[in-house]
Amino acid sequence: MATVEKTKSVEKQKSDVVLNYFRPRKKLPTVWCAGCGNGIVMSALIRAIDKLGYSKDEVAMVSGIGCTSRMPIYLDFSALHTTHGRALAFATGIKFAKPHMKVIVITGDGDCLAIGGNHFIHACRRNIDITAILINNHIYGMTGGQGSPTTPSGSISTTTPYGNVEKNFDPCKLAEAAGASFVARGTVYHTPQLEKAITKALDHNGFSLVEVISNCHTYYGRLNRRGDAVSMLNAFKENSVTTAKAKKLSPEEMEGKFLIGTLHEDDRTEFCDEYQKVVDAHMGEK
Amino acid sequence: MVDTQRTLLLGNLAAVEGAIYAGMRFYAGYPITPSTEVAEGCSRELPKIGGRFIQMEDEISSIGAVVGASVSGMKAMTATSGPGFSLMQENIGYAYITETPCVVINVQRGGPSTGLPTKVSQSDTMQARWGPHGDYTAIVVAPSTVGDTVTETIRAFNLSERFRTPVVVLMDEIIGHQRELISLPKPGEHQVINRVKATVPPEEFQPFRLTANGVSPMAAYGEGYRTISTGLTHDPMGFTTNEPKEIKVKLDKLRNKIMDFRSEITKLRVEMMDDAEIAFVSYGSVSRAVLLAVALARSAGVKVGLVQLYTVWPFPDNKLRDYCQKCHKIIVPELNMGQIVHEIRRVMPPDTEIHSLQRYDGEILTPMQILEKLEEVM
Ligand SMILES: Cc1ncc(C[n+]2csc(CCOP(=O)(O)OP(=O)(O)O)c2C)c(N)n1
Ligand code: SF4
Ligand SMILES: [Mg+2]
Repeated sequence: MATVEKTKSVEKQKSDVVLNYFRPRKKLPTVWCAGCGNGIVMSALIRAIDKLGYSKDEVAMVSGIGCTSRMPIYLDFSALHTTHGRALAFATGIKFAKPHMKVIVITGDGDCLAIGGNHFIHACRRNIDITAILINNHIYGMTGGQGSPTTPSGSISTTTPYGNVEKNFDPCKLAEAAGASFVARGTVYHTPQLEKAITKALDHNGFSLVEVISNCHTYYGRLNRRGDAVSMLNAFKENSVTTAKAKKLSPEEMEGKFLIGTLHEDDRTEFCDEYQKVVDAHMGEK
Repeated sequence: MVDTQRTLLLGNLAAVEGAIYAGMRFYAGYPITPSTEVAEGCSRELPKIGGRFIQMEDEISSIGAVVGASVSGMKAMTATSGPGFSLMQENIGYAYITETPCVVINVQRGGPSTGLPTKVSQSDTMQARWGPHGDYTAIVVAPSTVGDTVTETIRAFNLSERFRTPVVVLMDEIIGHQRELISLPKPGEHQVINRVKATVPPEEFQPFRLTANGVSPMAAYGEGYRTISTGLTHDPMGFTTNEPKEIKVKLDKLRNKIMDFRSEITKLRVEMMDDAEIAFVSYGSVSRAVLLAVALARSAGVKVGLVQLYTVWPFPDNKLRDYCQKCHKIIVPELNMGQIVHEIRRVMPPDTEIHSLQRYDGEILTPMQILEKLEEVM
């Protein structure tokens, strides 16, 4: 009984933390469907920010367009809800203008990898100190379930009614190849791990990507007979393998599974730091 | 920066000088002829004054970064030409609806598409006004000389800060690539306007509050206000809305904050119009050839004058009507298939004869061609 009480109060404390970060005067509920993974990611992100002790004023949250991209509207940080695919470009302007700010980009798989793909690889290449949280639900949620660059081959969407004939991106590999200095993947099932991954990413100086495998049960789930939110979350649990565990598995055993955890980390120089050196060297010259 | 005040300066670099004078400390852009020297100049000059230059991956991201820098409190600009200007339109629209001050320089070249990268044109006159989709009102200024480019760029920043809106500087290849001996303005010679900052306590602040002059004070990121900017139509708090009443208030605000102050924004140069019976109306580099033609015609006794638009948009309806009151004929020379001429037709009494003089083969209109047109309509 006592333990039950204790868990309850811990739970209460935890959710209170989240409530502290909602934007005052903004009406709820959110636009999200009940059970959408976006809410889980939002709460993990808030906990990570809270744990790191950032002041609300030093955080800027930038997003594009999509269900996912609505997140900054609800939170009590400076928020720039931009155009479809362009969040990283706007975020680059904020970070470069005010390098002391913690700039976080919230983006969807369509937003980040289709229309925004060019900005994504160049933000990685510059290694500018921005944290991108890419909520990958394998579909265009907001516009009603069209195929995205991460829709798996063979999957059904409203624009791939006979099965997707295209190949899908692995955003983590793409980010690493393009020069991002921190890359991690999590899921909306593994929330404590997700919170940790986001904390690490935020704390990292350089471009960091956290890809979060998430559920759009409303479209991806329904069109592909994956059941409700809960059964999709359970599938994420079944199909994911931590980087540590993956070392012990054969390629056959890894078939159909995906990796979670920190996938890449290095200490390349960061863009704003490097530019500051140029300013320091030339300041005051005629 | 050049150390003497009197200097031989390229038009595109005059834009850099004007911008820096006005307080611009952030530039994001993508190279494109004939605007590239603006980017090159900024990459050289900005680090020396603690500013920031970034070459982005395209023009879409360039204007995006500019908006990001502006909401962070910096005066920011980008420069481009035809194809790049087309790419920027969605995010310029974002700057209109989020009421974010910034300056976009368009050094016009021929189009459509890749068109004529190294040749002059004024065919973006209408695009500069109507480029982004949706309803809004645009401010567009246009220099005609290298010297003008300095002052018009300063004015563009002042207008953009004053009215919390993007301002387009419509240059063209001739002005951008011309070198002229000019005097750079001394500190204090021109007024420099800065946006009105938020002063009320954060819990009372409304980033898009309707004020008497329509312009809402602005809070920079990181200064305690934690505002929201969204490209979705929004209420005074910045919260998205689908309420017809609130939608109308927002769109009216975008228009009225500019149109109610039109006389403050419009700027014309008027030459030899006192007794003119025929007027030329032009803007940009064409005005220089017109001025010469007018002087030549005057020496032959023809009563002709020039009205030059330094502000192209909003169009100076009343001022133009006043100056051209006594003119029964107006000639509108343009380096395009006839764009601004439609505005003059709209504004002038129906009995005014309006003649369009067009050139769109990548070459300039010469004073001789302008005189020929004058003779033809006389
Ligand atoms: C320029 C432009 N093209 C298309 C759209 C329409 N649109 C809005 S959201 C969206 C897709 C969003 O998908 P994703 O980024 O995966 O976000 P999700 O809704 O799944 O979270 C599209 C195509 C738009 N808003 N702007
Ligand atoms: S449509 Fe999909 S992504 Fe959008 S809120 Fe609903 S479940 Fe989430
Ligand atoms: Mg998606």
